[in-house]
Parts: sequence; C-alpha cells; structure tokens
Amino acid sequence: MIRIEHLVKSFGPLEVLKDISTEVDSGEVVAIIGPSGSGKSTLLRCINLLEIPTAGHIFVDGVDITSPKCDILKVRQNVGMVFQHFNLFPHKTVMENLTYAPMKVRGLSKADASKIAMDLLEKVGLSEKADQYPSRLSGGQKQRVAIARALAMEPDVMLFDEPTSALDPEMVKEVLDVMKALVRTGITMAIVTHEMGFAREVANRVLFLDGGYLVEDAPPDVFFSAPKSDRAQQFLEKVL
Amino acid sequence: MNLDFGQIVPSLPFILNGILVTLRFTVLSALFGFTLGTLLSLLKISNIKPLRWFAEFYTSIFRGTPLILQLALVYFATPQLIGYKITPIEAGVFTFSLNSAAYSSETIRAGIMAVDKGQREASMSLGVPYRPMMLDIILPQAFKNILPALVNETIALLKDSALVSTIGVLDLMRRAQVVAGQTFLYFEPLLVVGVIYYVMVMGLTQAANVLERRMRRSD
Ligand SMILES: Nc1ncnc2c1ncn2[C@@H]1O[C@H](COP(=O)(O)OP(=O)(O)OP(=O)(O)O)[C@@H](O)[C@H]1O
Ligand SMILES: [Mg+2]
Repeated sequence: MIRIEHLVKSFGPLEVLKDISTEVDSGEVVAIIGPSGSGKSTLLRCINLLEIPTAGHIFVDGVDITSPKCDILKVRQNVGMVFQHFNLFPHKTVMENLTYAPMKVRGLSKADASKIAMDLLEKVGLSEKADQYPSRLSGGQKQRVAIARALAMEPDVMLFDEPTSALDPEMVKEVLDVMKALVRTGITMAIVTHEMGFAREVANRVLFLDGGYLVEDAPPDVFFSAPKSDRAQQFLEKVL
Repeated sequence: MNLDFGQIVPSLPFILNGILVTLRFTVLSALFGFTLGTLLSLLKISNIKPLRWFAEFYTSIFRGTPLILQLALVYFATPQLIGYKITPIEAGVFTFSLNSAAYSSETIRAGIMAVDKGQREASMSLGVPYRPMMLDIILPQAFKNILPALVNETIALLKDSALVSTIGVLDLMRRAQVVAGQTFLYFEPLLVVGVIYYVMVMGLTQAANVLERRMRRSD
C-alpha cells in the first residue's frame, strides 16, 4: 500500500530523514516511535506531501507520489491525517467539519455527505454533537471528530501524528478506543505515538526512528522484548 | 458670537442628501478596497518573489504619497493620459479603493498569518485546493480576527472621504461649503456636517461592537 524507497528530507542544511526505506502492506498498522526530533512527524508528513521529500520515492497504491506529474490533491484525498492539536475548523459546526471536504473536493451532494458524516459520528459516539461548534467539545471529543473528518473522505490510508499527546489523561482512552475500532475495519494506518501499550497491542510493526535513521523495523513483540539496537534499548528503558 | 441656524434651515435637505453620497462613496471604496487588499495580501504571502515585490512596491507607493495628491492625479491626469473623462465620483472611488487596498492588505496579511497553521495543514490533508481553502477556511477566520481593524479602516475612509470635495464631488463636506457660499455663513453649515460625520462614525463603531459580540458568541 505504501512503499518508501531511500527517502531523504532536508530542511535547508538540516537532514531530518536519512535514507529511509520500508513498506506498509494494505491493512497493516505500523507504529512509528522514537525520541523527540527524530523525524517521526516529518516521515508521516511526507506520506501525504505536507512535506515534499528531498530525495527518494514514496509509492501509495502503486503511484509514485514523489513524481512531479503526480496530482498532490488526489494523493491527499486518499490519505487521511489526524493531528496532535485536532485542527478542527472552529467556524464550522461538527457536521460542517465532516461534510466540507467531501462536498468541496469529492463533489458529493449535501445529502450524501451528511449521511456519511452521520454514520461516522455515530461510530465515534458523537452523533448528538453534530450541530455544535468545536469550541464546545472536550479534547477527546475534538479528536474523535477529527478522526471522523478524515474518514469522511473515505481514504485508503490513515496517518496519526501523536493523536493523544495533547489530551488530558482521562480522555486518552476514548480516542484510543476509536482507533482500535478503526484497526478492525482493516484500513492501513501509520501512527506516531508515545503510547507504548497501545502500539504493542494494535501495531503489526514498529518503526523506530532515531536521528533521522530508521533504526528498527520489527513486529512489536520482537521490538519491545528484544530490541536489537542500543538506541532502541535506551529509548525503551526511558519510556517503559 | 451669534449663531444663525435659522438661515440654513432651508438648505438642510440639501446637506442631508450628502449623507447618502458620503455613505455610498465609503461603502464602495471599502468593498473594492478590501477585495483588492485581500488579493494583495495573498500576493504578499505567496512563494513567488516577483509577486511579493510587486505587492510591497504597490503598498509603499500608496503609503508614501499624500492621498489628496493621488486623488488629484487620478482625476486630472486620467483624461490627459487615456482620454477618458472620468467623473469626480469615479475618480474618488477609484483612488480610495486603491489607497485603502494598500493599507488593508497589511492588516489582512497579518490576519492570515495569525490563523493557526494547523488550519492550512488540515485543509491540505483533506485534499482541499488552494482557492477554496483560502475562501472557506483561512480568510473567514482571518477576517474575524481583524474585524476591529477593518472597521477602523472604514472609519478612516469615511472621514477622509471629505477630501473628494476638492475635486467637486457633492458629498457632505462640499455641500457645507456650497451652503456657506450661498448664505455667507461658515460656522453653522460646517458644524452641522461635523455633527453628522461624528454620528456616522459612532454608529459604525457601535455596529462593529454588536457584530463582534455576535461573532464571539459562535466561538
Ligand atoms: N519546517 C521545518 N523547518 C525546519 N526544521 C524542521 C521543520 N520541521 C521539522 N524540523 C526539524 O526536523 C527535525 C525532526 O522534526 P520532527 O517534527 O519530524 O520530529 P518528531 O520526531 O516528530 O519530534 P516530536 O516527537 O517532538 O514531535 C527536528 O530537528 C525539527 O526541528
Ligand atoms: Mg512530531
């Protein structure tokens, strides 16, 4: 589903991603972990071209999205993203947040978009909030709306950048539960997270980044019980 | 000091009709000015250097010269340059729009920059193209932030609109002068239009306060 080949990303002189290669199969869930500044967000943001790779190739559904001929907007429609700080549209209701892009970008009718939105809101347990503005929601509710908003585009891939890091502890679970339910639908997911328990439970694979290098790429039980590199061992000692 | 308002009473309807002229002039200039100012602000934040240069240069010209000079240039030079006999009101709206665009583009640019960059990223991640992203997501939030500044700009336009009396537009100011010429009373007509300007500015300020409060409620 996603194939990354020798990906390099630099900001000016600063090389943030160094020759990253990996693959994510359809329906697979990968957790991306690593210390702060290791390039996790940047890697994720390259997959929907919020950052333009400096070198290398990324294929999504067999399409080389790094090719200059590639339609960036088409790629993004197919790759949903959930942000640490939700980034809901504050001047639109929950319903409008969910229907805006499907109507504007996919050209759905209001009725069709609303139906998809209502189904999704039900799935994330927020159908009664449809007509509220985001400012009236708790952090956990905002993030569930943000997940629903991304899903409303019916993407093949979902990217999550620390979806629970900005939440009060008591709200983390409700968001993780929604994500677990999502895993069961078989959608391809890449999740940057500091929730090691969650990563261990739902991920098929763990990618460990450090200093811009992809240091480990292993199934969670292998990674968490017997990390190969010193870096990963040190990291796990700190966070577990 | 003896004031004689009695003598100008017959001229009151004539003066009051100037309110419409001044208001219409201000509204048109603000609408064109803010629209053009929005476009300029987009140039100022674009990635294309020559576009940015152009917008900066444009702004510096209109900020760096007197408005009354710009007005005179447009009014008197247009017929000479392109042979079009421009009316005073056209020249006024044209100049004030261009001028207000220069000033408001700075405000609007700041408003756009103040919108959380996450809004842009969220729009982009949903595949929303540039134009709807700006029109539907970024600009509404930007304008909300800068509404008080834009009202101030409109108030400045309203007051500066008295300058068009110099090229013969029959606005409030000009009407006061006409009445003064007819009656040889200067203080009374000027005082009357002074009060009218003041009331209009206060009204605008109040309307903006109400609007702002209403918008805040949606947060
Ligand atoms: N737009 C940018 N311009 C310049 N440098 C950047 C930019 N974005 C990220 N960086 C730098 O790239 C490096 C990796 O950043 P990135 O956000 O990908 O790290 P991260 O692993 O997500 O960290 P965190 O856990 O803190 O979110 C950091 O050194 C960061 O300062
Ligand atoms: Mg990050």
